[in-house]
Amino acid sequence: MTTVTNGVNVQALLDARDVLKGAPEAAQFTWRASSKWQHGVHSSVTIQNYFGLGEEQNHKGESVFEADHPETFAAPDEGITPIEYLLVGLASCLTAGVASVAQNRGIQLRSVESVVEGHHDIRGILGADGDVRNGFNDIKVTFTIDADASKEDIEALVAQSQKRSAVFDALTNPTDVTVEVA
Amino acid sequence: MSERFTAVVIGAGHAGLAASHFLGDRSVDHVVLERGEVANSWRRERWDSLRLLTPNVLSRLPGLRYEGPDPDGYMTSGEVAGFISRFASLSGAPVRTGVTVTSVRRAGDGYLVTTSHGEIDCRAVVVASGACNRPAVPPWAEAVPASVSQLTPFDYRAPDQLPDGGVLVVGASATGVQLAAEIRRSGRPVTLSVGEHVRLPRTYRGRDVLWWMDASGVWDQRYDEVEDLDRARRLPSPQLVGSPSRMTLDLNALTAMGVSLVGRWATVRDGSALFSGGLRNVFSLADLKMNRLLGTFDEWAGAAEMDPPERFEPTRVPASTRLQCDLGSGEFRAIVWATGFRPDYSWLDVPVVDAKGHLEHEGGVTASPGMYALGLPLLRRRRSTFICGIEDDARAVIGHLADQLGRAPASTSVSTQP
Repeated sequence: MTTVTNGVNVQALLDARDVLKGAPEAAQFTWRASSKWQHGVHSSVTIQNYFGLGEEQNHKGESVFEADHPETFAAPDEGITPIEYLLVGLASCLTAGVASVAQNRGIQLRSVESVVEGHHDIRGILGADGDVRNGFNDIKVTFTIDADASKEDIEALVAQSQKRSAVFDALTNPTDVTVEVA
Repeated sequence: MSERFTAVVIGAGHAGLAASHFLGDRSVDHVVLERGEVANSWRRERWDSLRLLTPNVLSRLPGLRYEGPDPDGYMTSGEVAGFISRFASLSGAPVRTGVTVTSVRRAGDGYLVTTSHGEIDCRAVVVASGACNRPAVPPWAEAVPASVSQLTPFDYRAPDQLPDGGVLVVGASATGVQLAAEIRRSGRPVTLSVGEHVRLPRTYRGRDVLWWMDASGVWDQRYDEVEDLDRARRLPSPQLVGSPSRMTLDLNALTAMGVSLVGRWATVRDGSALFSGGLRNVFSLADLKMNRLLGTFDEWAGAAEMDPPERFEPTRVPASTRLQCDLGSGEFRAIVWATGFRPDYSWLDVPVVDAKGHLEHEGGVTASPGMYALGLPLLRRRRSTFICGIEDDARAVIGHLADQLGRAPASTSVSTQP
């Protein structure tokens, strides 16, 4: 196997796969975000801990994400729009996948860039047309990748990355969502 | 009082009969138990139009070759049943038909096989009961309104048994694409729900694509050389049909016939079927894999005198794909679940079945001494999934079985020659 330096510890992931095959309970993770309303349509979302491998875990540090709406929505734009966070998740998840698959396949990456566009008809959320959905109509991701590989191998990296992407799955398949008041 | 045989073979399909053939060669006394008739699944659990995916030239069993006038043709189910029955007669297999095995458990240094017709003590068991005993249907089938008929490939025989109106075929393996095509030809609107699939052209560079698999050595790959064996063994069957016209039946062919494609059926919510939005990527994956395989063929063929290499149009993405459909709207009057099959080992009281209901084995040898498997996908090689793979598999597995018997402490029930 060639030594490539994409910086992904693929061996650790392959080892984890082998271990968790026989220990499905340890594979159950819970990711958490805590949100606090600030003012108007601005809220701050904090992420610090999660559950996994059978116990509570902590990120190295706490991350705070500001979410607001832009001036076109008559808001002060103190942060990005909530639906834009879905684009953040999708782009970063697919990119992580490309790097991991490339590492596993011995493909050296030089640069991986992508543009994610979510097409959104806002008449849905405004209640202006009951036939228009609230969420994205569709999403388009365009990757530009420079790597030691053929065009076909690069396309295969991107395809495999989608196949194993948590966010791609979460966006393309329905998820049961429960919202309660504590 | 139970009977005694050295070996009991469960199932008289091509795999069980091949086991019997080699047991006979090694002079191991045995019996083949069959719940129905020889080649029972081919007689009773197939739809009317089904033909074998492999061309006649690849229909090989130990000591039996296709010798008819049409080496490029594909046998009908009835012809396959006839072919397997001829093999049973030629090899003089000691088959008992109409005998259902209800339990197999360890007893002493062998096994006790309980059947609908009594008990049998034996030293060795060959499980050749097939990989496709039960159609697999997803749990949300229960949430489908009663106004929509539901059929599995075991229920389905021909389009005229379906109500008039739209049909949703779920799954795009060989079964799904074949049923979608013939139901569409009956004039009904057909929607096909497509998850991960295996795309293949029927012919490549003038030869059957499975001829390429066989000749180029792709099918020679051993189970212990396959990178992700679990996944490879679960792979859906390729999108192929054995038809006299040797047509390619990929998703582009179905689109041209007017079949609508939707993504993998994810669940039912509020009476609506929800389909995945990941259709483009399953197309890309299948196109990339097909092209990689064709590249392997080209490399193997080198400068051989054949038709030139071909590349096929990428799978066409529908202008808009539906993400949901109201199952109560009357658009679909029937659903055909082409969502795969599972083996049935409910009778097997030996701990060789994993949590997902699959037999655990190393190339047909289970961890329980004297218990063997034959006739499962990729059992020893990629060829194992197909009828012509059984000869080498059965020779190897029965060889192991007979050698173990020969090595075991002296016992009156052992009749093998060293």
